Amino acid sequence: MNRIETDVIIIGGGATGAGTARDLSMRGLRCVLIEKNDIASGTTGRNHGLLHSGARYAVKDHESAHECMRENKTLRKIAWHCIEDTGGLFVTLPEDDPGYHRLLLEGCRYAGIPAKEISIRKALQLEPNLNPGILSAMTVPDGTIDPFRLTSSNMLDAKERGAIILTHTRVSSILKEGSKVSGVSCITKNGDVIEVMAPVIINAAGVWGQEVCAMADIKLPMFPSKGSMLIIDYRINGVVVNRCRPPADGDIIVPGDTVSLIGTTSKEIPYDKIDDYTIDDDEIDILLSDGEKLIPNVKNTRALRAYCGVRPLVAVSGEAEGRNISRGIVLIDHKERDGLDGLITISGGKLMTYRLMAEKTSDLACKKLGVKKKCKTHKVPLPGSESRFSSGRTVKRFSGIPDSVVGSTFYRHGQRLRNIMTGEKKNYRLICECEMVTEGEIEYAIKKLDVKDLVDLRRRTRIGMGPCQGELCAYRGAGLFHEYGGTTPEGSVELLHDFLEERWKGIRPVLWGDGLRESEFTYWIYQGLFGLSHVNNKKKKKG
Amino acid sequence: MIKLENISFDHCIKCTVCTIYCPVAQATHLFPGPKQSGPDAERLRIKNPELVDASLKYCTNCKRCEIACPSDVKIAEIIQNAKWKYVKVHWFRPRDFFMSRTDLVGGLATIFSGLTNFIINLKIMKVLMHLFLKIPYRRTFPAYQRGTFTRLYKKKIMKSQKGYDKRAVFYHGCFVNYNNHSLGEDLIKVMNALGYGVDLVKEKCCGVPLIANGYIEKAKKNAQYNIGSLGKTGDAVIVSTSSSCSFALMHEYPSFLELDNSSYIDRLDYITKFIYDEFTAGNIPQMKPVGIRAAYHSPCHLERMGGVIYTLGVLKMIPGLDLVVMNSECCGIAGTYGFKSENYEISQGVGQNLFRLIEKAEPEFVVTDCETCTMQIEMNTKYKVLHPVTLIAMALEEKNEGKR
Repeated sequence: MNRIETDVIIIGGGATGAGTARDLSMRGLRCVLIEKNDIASGTTGRNHGLLHSGARYAVKDHESAHECMRENKTLRKIAWHCIEDTGGLFVTLPEDDPGYHRLLLEGCRYAGIPAKEISIRKALQLEPNLNPGILSAMTVPDGTIDPFRLTSSNMLDAKERGAIILTHTRVSSILKEGSKVSGVSCITKNGDVIEVMAPVIINAAGVWGQEVCAMADIKLPMFPSKGSMLIIDYRINGVVVNRCRPPADGDIIVPGDTVSLIGTTSKEIPYDKIDDYTIDDDEIDILLSDGEKLIPNVKNTRALRAYCGVRPLVAVSGEAEGRNISRGIVLIDHKERDGLDGLITISGGKLMTYRLMAEKTSDLACKKLGVKKKCKTHKVPLPGSESRFSSGRTVKRFSGIPDSVVGSTFYRHGQRLRNIMTGEKKNYRLICECEMVTEGEIEYAIKKLDVKDLVDLRRRTRIGMGPCQGELCAYRGAGLFHEYGGTTPEGSVELLHDFLEERWKGIRPVLWGDGLRESEFTYWIYQGLFGLSHVNNKKKKKG
Repeated sequence: MIKLENISFDHCIKCTVCTIYCPVAQATHLFPGPKQSGPDAERLRIKNPELVDASLKYCTNCKRCEIACPSDVKIAEIIQNAKWKYVKVHWFRPRDFFMSRTDLVGGLATIFSGLTNFIINLKIMKVLMHLFLKIPYRRTFPAYQRGTFTRLYKKKIMKSQKGYDKRAVFYHGCFVNYNNHSLGEDLIKVMNALGYGVDLVKEKCCGVPLIANGYIEKAKKNAQYNIGSLGKTGDAVIVSTSSSCSFALMHEYPSFLELDNSSYIDRLDYITKFIYDEFTAGNIPQMKPVGIRAAYHSPCHLERMGGVIYTLGVLKMIPGLDLVVMNSECCGIAGTYGFKSENYEISQGVGQNLFRLIEKAEPEFVVTDCETCTMQIEMNTKYKVLHPVTLIAMALEEKNEGKR
């Protein structure tokens, strides 16, 4: 049995957990982050990746809106390589209440969000694919943010500052000494037991925080609310398009990297269903039909996949619907609430405010440990965002490699491009042809970014996230795990199988048209040619 | 963000058949193939126009990828569009400028044809062009003829065409006009034998070399001129002896240049399609056996428009023609592409398969529909290349012994 002594244990490897690990490491504390799956595999990686301006909350929740705007400005400075400044639009459709437009403008002014009313012609110039029938439009400083990249670079920074990251490791029990916590016991993927001892435990497990608290015999009822999203094959819009109406289903289209996302629905689900990511047909219908109203091209375009996330809202009694619950930050010191010293729960909030949440949590942890250090996360840029230079100049530096490859890699790793793009042959070999991922990038991810399987690799590099959904890249990637990750050949095949199953989950809800043809073709390759279901049968027998 | 209208790339299922059939991707590793340059890269270019690859310039626009595609993705069109929309090209390109103005250069060259032919084949001139214009030293140029075909027609042929009731308009194109009058004469002979009188109308270059060199606006102007001119020809049939010109007139105008050519589209045919229809309708003139062994090469653009079957149909009806139909291979010249130093090696590399096939077939002549294919084959093999129309004309002629 392994034993690690540290200052702080963080449970949960989402944006908040990673941000807290970074914050604490920057203050000179030792910390261990434990994640049962992979980084950003929960709610962090399951949203539409919008860099909120806060306008969405400006009418009802001034505090949230203000928080969003402030963090928006900070993130643009410290994490520019995870962010794209697309700008955002709020447009009123003919069937919407025209009065809401005024209300929103006023709310934005009150919250300090620079919203500006523009003419319809200008809006169509800004976003030519917009529905030309809109009644009014205003611009807001929205953008897009990649949650995987954000979490990964937070994690990388924490690691470089001495933090220990344990992914695919599940906390099995919380150890207590009287009314104080003393550490956790956890199990790795291979079944090894690790004991991590620390006086402070931070529960950043989001919606799964209820289970973590239960291990310490504390009741923390969560209010799981599911949000579903739809991914469209390519960027059908260059600007974030919001629908100018009170928050409802299917009212936003976000361009994210090479794709566009239509979001989101809100549906209350029972707690035991939080690991069961199924999307209902009616949700897809709503997203498609409402998306089409904003951008008519949606109806001509292939839907790539559908996915959903569960919002980590801490239930407040008497609330009836998911959308009405405050999405504000919930920080609980369990010493005050339940008399258990050393346990802190951080929940609620949004991806946008992850840094603020981490700051507040770290402040509390520092107070408990008697450390007097101030937060610096809002000033020090993340790895990859160290200094600003345009992608055009970067591309020229590596003129031997196609611009599309260099540009895409730069887009994903920012300044860390330098660690990947050398003149070596492997940087010319494309593994994922849809998203331009080279062998070199995959080697870097496997060796440096805590990648354990193909699904993790996807979160670091976008492999398999293009229109073919792993058809041509999955087997190549699996082979590279053998080469760089030390996986056995049989292990690689199993990784391949799991990856394709994971892709399939998201494809199945939108299986029609070109997506269906694509899936058929993938099936022919992997089943007809490679006989992959054989692996599955073997697994079943073993089980 | 651009307005997204042509979104055929969305149908691509990444089967990669196009890349297998791409002659350029086979010949060089510099070109990643149509799948990656077309539908794959289009998504990246929509995301950020800076992500455009310089390798797009290696595409010859042979359109074999479009023939291969089972999902009806307009791959070549996507690549052509991207090439000129996203890649920055210098405005001063004297070689490309003159090379794409086939009618301007041709018009000048035919005035002093003897002198021009002498000068451009001088070694010193070739060296100079290689150094300053980047036109490959080893490339042979098509010879210019004296005067234009239009002048020849007005002087000698026009009168004889009055006697026919059925009228046909001949879109001769630049090659017949400046380099190969005899093909034009052969066509008139064949049309007359079918009972058609041939008229010429005012025309400009069809625009294929202009599109290939990025002068899209000029190509549009030419196209509008041609549409106006051909549209006013009443109900006469229109024929062309150039496969690439007819492809442009029929398909590139409406789809790539987005111009309306409905005024003549129903009446225009590539010549072998027209002859095939006449032959099958029973209008077959008297033909004597030609006694020739010929190897047929199918040009890429004719394949794209589905015209090869008609050419073969017509050739098979010529008595005494021993025809070897070769495997479909690109000859590599692709219009002006092979006339550029940076493409010369690729162009020759692409053609190797075809040259080998021709040597193996041991014909007396090679037959093909396309003028630039003719140049490439004549330069790289020892055989003379004939147009199908010339073969028919040979079968019609009484005195000819098959020596042209």
